[in-house]
Amino acid sequence: MNITKRLLGIVWIALGPLILYWLIRTGVSEIAKNPVINTKMQWGVFIVVFIPIVVGLVLFGYYALKGEYDR
Amino acid sequence: MASTSAAPAKDIRKIIIASSVGTLIEWYDFYIFGSLATVIASQFFPHGNPTAALLSTLATFAAGFIVRPFGALVFGRLGDLIGRKYTFLLTLVLMGGSTFAIGLVPGYDRIGFFAPLIVVLLRLLQGLALGGEYGGAATYVAEHSPSNRRGFYTSWIQATATIGLFVSLGVILLVRHILDPDLSRSIEKFNDWGWRIPFLLSIVLVAISVYIRLKMQESPLFSRLKTEGKLSTNPLKESFGHKTNLKIVLLALFGATMGQGVVFYTGQFYAQSFLETVCKIDFDQSKTMLLLAILFATPFFVLFGGWSDRIGRKWIMLVGMLLAILTYPILFKQLLSITSSESRTEQSSQKEIRSTVAFIGHSRDLIRTSSTLRHYDGGMLVTETAKDTVYASGKPSGRPALSSSRTLGDRDYWKMVGILFLMVFYVTMVYGPIAAFLVELFPTRIRYTSMSLPYHIGNGIFGGMTPFIATLLTTIYSGNKLVGLVYPIGVAALCLIIGALYIPSAPVTSELEG
Repeated sequence: MNITKRLLGIVWIALGPLILYWLIRTGVSEIAKNPVINTKMQWGVFIVVFIPIVVGLVLFGYYALKGEYDR
Repeated sequence: MASTSAAPAKDIRKIIIASSVGTLIEWYDFYIFGSLATVIASQFFPHGNPTAALLSTLATFAAGFIVRPFGALVFGRLGDLIGRKYTFLLTLVLMGGSTFAIGLVPGYDRIGFFAPLIVVLLRLLQGLALGGEYGGAATYVAEHSPSNRRGFYTSWIQATATIGLFVSLGVILLVRHILDPDLSRSIEKFNDWGWRIPFLLSIVLVAISVYIRLKMQESPLFSRLKTEGKLSTNPLKESFGHKTNLKIVLLALFGATMGQGVVFYTGQFYAQSFLETVCKIDFDQSKTMLLLAILFATPFFVLFGGWSDRIGRKWIMLVGMLLAILTYPILFKQLLSITSSESRTEQSSQKEIRSTVAFIGHSRDLIRTSSTLRHYDGGMLVTETAKDTVYASGKPSGRPALSSSRTLGDRDYWKMVGILFLMVFYVTMVYGPIAAFLVELFPTRIRYTSMSLPYHIGNGIFGGMTPFIATLLTTIYSGNKLVGLVYPIGVAALCLIIGALYIPSAPVTSELEG
């Protein structure tokens, strides 16, 4: 179980940037489709709010990989 | 094994009542804004595109949620430095004051741009206050509870979130019906000025709660640490600056509160928005359906909280998430199917067309309303309304504003209540034990700060933004009415995997760490 938890750490580390990439890509595409202040603000808020969460997920993955959650 | 800090049974009841009443009022204050989203949109945001207005309000709603983690940091730190009692007294006053003030803000028509600006600022204050309140109440009750009843006692605090929603919906429905003997006039008055009453009412409730809370004593565990001079001097640094505690904060967020938050807000808020905007259910019916579902499901908070004292917190919460993941698509599809008129036969002989014309305020312009009422088998009534303005100046009328609402027959109504009940039932599973789960993860000296942040990121950001993100997804991928569920299901699934693998199934009757 400890090995699975450590290996999944790599998944959590990878997932962080992937989520951020998806958010930015969708945000840019939505703003291009409808370039009004409302759309820009919505996506700006999403991206700003989710950046620290994504950093947290990567850190969680790092701790998992290092065996900090081993039993 | 009972904790040495546990209060006698009689006292713990008083402690629970005093804490719960204040928390319930805070939730009430916070939810009336969300429940009145569309009315507030028409009052405070520029008229025109109703979707834009609704999104603006939902954004404000989200603004209220996004600041919750900051409230958790500010008031959590205060709570660990000066004590639980005075901190959650302060959050109560801040919440009550902001809510009352929202009820006094003049509309966009009168003060223009300042109206939405003031409302957003007050909403931010509400979010800050809520961010500080919950951790304080949960910590306070947990620190008075015997270790073998901690889940049971803190579950009362948990139930207040849903009861707060219940009270807010109830007050809104009641006020909407009592402003005039004629229902349609009463609704008109409510939309015009009556919506302010639930906000203004808050000040009375808060005054009562402040009085009750002033009589409470400080938490025994906190008092002991204070006497021994062992309080934290920098709770933020101790909570998030050291790996030992930070890794637990991250685990609490990604393995528990993130999934709990989306299940909580999908079952009670996205479902409400889905009923009204996608299924087009009549306002009163959608609210009473949710009220009944909450009424029947609320006892399960206490049941699951108490049960978690015996079998552990982890699996009750994770099974709740699993059930939500597996059944949301089926349940929401059922909501759509029950409210669809396509497979029903229209009772053509009962079709009615009603037209009215009325002056707008004191002007000479007229508002022209034309409603078509179609009856279907099973007692469904579909009302399609077109409204346009006839200008006295001769200016041509614009395109009529179209709206549609459905009223269900008894049998379908109760089916909908049953579906909503299941969704709220999942909420009780994930939410009932979580306060006890969180307080047990962290030591007393930094408990308020450490537990508040993952709770409010999970609930405020992941959960609170659920209705907004789900609605947004349905506008991006407009071909699929259920596409909004991708967000809560995805987040809950990720949380389920992390929680199942990484959260230890710890003994549940452990002493709280000093």
